Amino acid sequence: MSEKVLMKGNEAIAEAAILAGCRHYFGYPITPQTEVAAYMAKKMPKIGGTFLQAESEIAAINMVYGVASAGLRVMTSSSSPGISLKGEGLSYLAGADLPALVVNVQRGGPGLGGIQPSQSDYFQATRGGGHGDYHMIVLAPASVQEMAELTVKGFELADTYRMTSMILADGTMGQMMEPVALDLEVKPMPAKPWATTGTGMKRPHNIVNSLFLQPEELEKTNFERYARYKTIEENEARYEEYRMEDAEIAVVAFGIAARVSKNAVDEARRQGIKAGLIRPITLWPFPKAPFAKALTHVKSMISVELSMGQMIEDVKLATDCRVPVTLCNRVGGMIPSPDLVLDAILKQAKGGN
Amino acid sequence: MKTTQFLFSGFGGQGILFSGKVLAYKGLIEEKQVSWLPSYGPEMRGGTASCSVIVSDGAVGSPIVSKPDVLVAMNLPSLDKFESSVVPGGKIFADSTLIERKVARADVKAFYVPATKLAADNGIPTLANMILLGKILKELGEFTPEGVEAALKKVISAKHADMLEVNLNALRLGASL
Repeated sequence: MSEKVLMKGNEAIAEAAILAGCRHYFGYPITPQTEVAAYMAKKMPKIGGTFLQAESEIAAINMVYGVASAGLRVMTSSSSPGISLKGEGLSYLAGADLPALVVNVQRGGPGLGGIQPSQSDYFQATRGGGHGDYHMIVLAPASVQEMAELTVKGFELADTYRMTSMILADGTMGQMMEPVALDLEVKPMPAKPWATTGTGMKRPHNIVNSLFLQPEELEKTNFERYARYKTIEENEARYEEYRMEDAEIAVVAFGIAARVSKNAVDEARRQGIKAGLIRPITLWPFPKAPFAKALTHVKSMISVELSMGQMIEDVKLATDCRVPVTLCNRVGGMIPSPDLVLDAILKQAKGGN
Repeated sequence: MKTTQFLFSGFGGQGILFSGKVLAYKGLIEEKQVSWLPSYGPEMRGGTASCSVIVSDGAVGSPIVSKPDVLVAMNLPSLDKFESSVVPGGKIFADSTLIERKVARADVKAFYVPATKLAADNGIPTLANMILLGKILKELGEFTPEGVEAALKKVISAKHADMLEVNLNALRLGASL
């Protein structure tokens, strides 16, 4: 393993993107993700890449559409209100089956909200974000190392399945520094015979488009896309299980909420309570396997979120509501403390809801 | 497993984040697990800035320090805000040039360092933070000249290499108190 350096989560995303071969970044500044853009602004010109501060988030996502059409690795990053602005572009990328990486370092909402951490864009990310039937692959890092690793993974998955990968982080993950090893394994980019790179008078034109006026044709593209999604659901779900072997109470949390929950699970175990943690790493596809396994011994679950309860719906779906699931949350930029999560665990241990 | 949770606090511009970075890098160099989390919210824009640093032999869970083992208060609002959060038996380091009152709690160990005055008297008015850090490391039994020098080299960019020596001197001054 290479020497570890201390880096902010936002910087780790930017460096990992460059290592993954991304040479085109388009963005518009917004707290708490601005370091991604700042890092790109500094580095891209030195390595022959493109950094462009667009006139708006909407412009930036459409620049992403352009580079993605040409078959190159490309990304944009923003925070919650900025991602809403990109919603139309996200839908177009999906409709045109283009691979791209989009980073959302979430802040509290709705509206302009605040600048402190949040996870309240879970629905927006996992249900698509824009109009129409589509998904993005949603990756939720819980450390600076994962910010780097999942960025590389995000590009790879995007290319493999011709769709957008989103890194769904939050203000804490973006701003914190942790040691990170940057000897990341990057697989060669797959061939993109569909890219609009010029025919060289040797092949028919490639057309990248999301407009299909014939309903039969549009239906076919939707069916094909969802067949691909099914493969992704079967093959790409990722998660971490922590002290789940004999757990009777399962805490479910991602990102910063998972970090906090780990402390609470450890303390509960010290007190003799059989608690464990399921940490989804992909939020779409939502990992179902650890829940099926947990149902053989878990009596109740607690969804810990920095939202009013969004992932909890997926937890209920993944468990077919066979065990009670309660919500433990803070919102608006507040973060649940380990004590708050511990209290929720203790309540479940006493049989309360 | 030994884990020490630090909370650095003060006004923006006092070098709160920088102190935290030096400490985090020292931990990294010593092959510990570390995390560093700044406050970046509205409090940064006037008022108190703070920075959570965790140094541990094992994996770091939550990077948010809500119950510090060591509190560094470089102004009164910070001491007022965070004094009650320190764990019993914890340590509070206060810049006594800027904080006139004493620590009210009896179950923590308080250290009063006139860091801002010492910095001014020694012609390094911007380095009260490093004087305090030197004192903290000494009291924790963690001060080694090589360790702090190696950490400083990581934090101070090549462009500002001329600042290395004065920072080191400030750390040494703190450790001599």
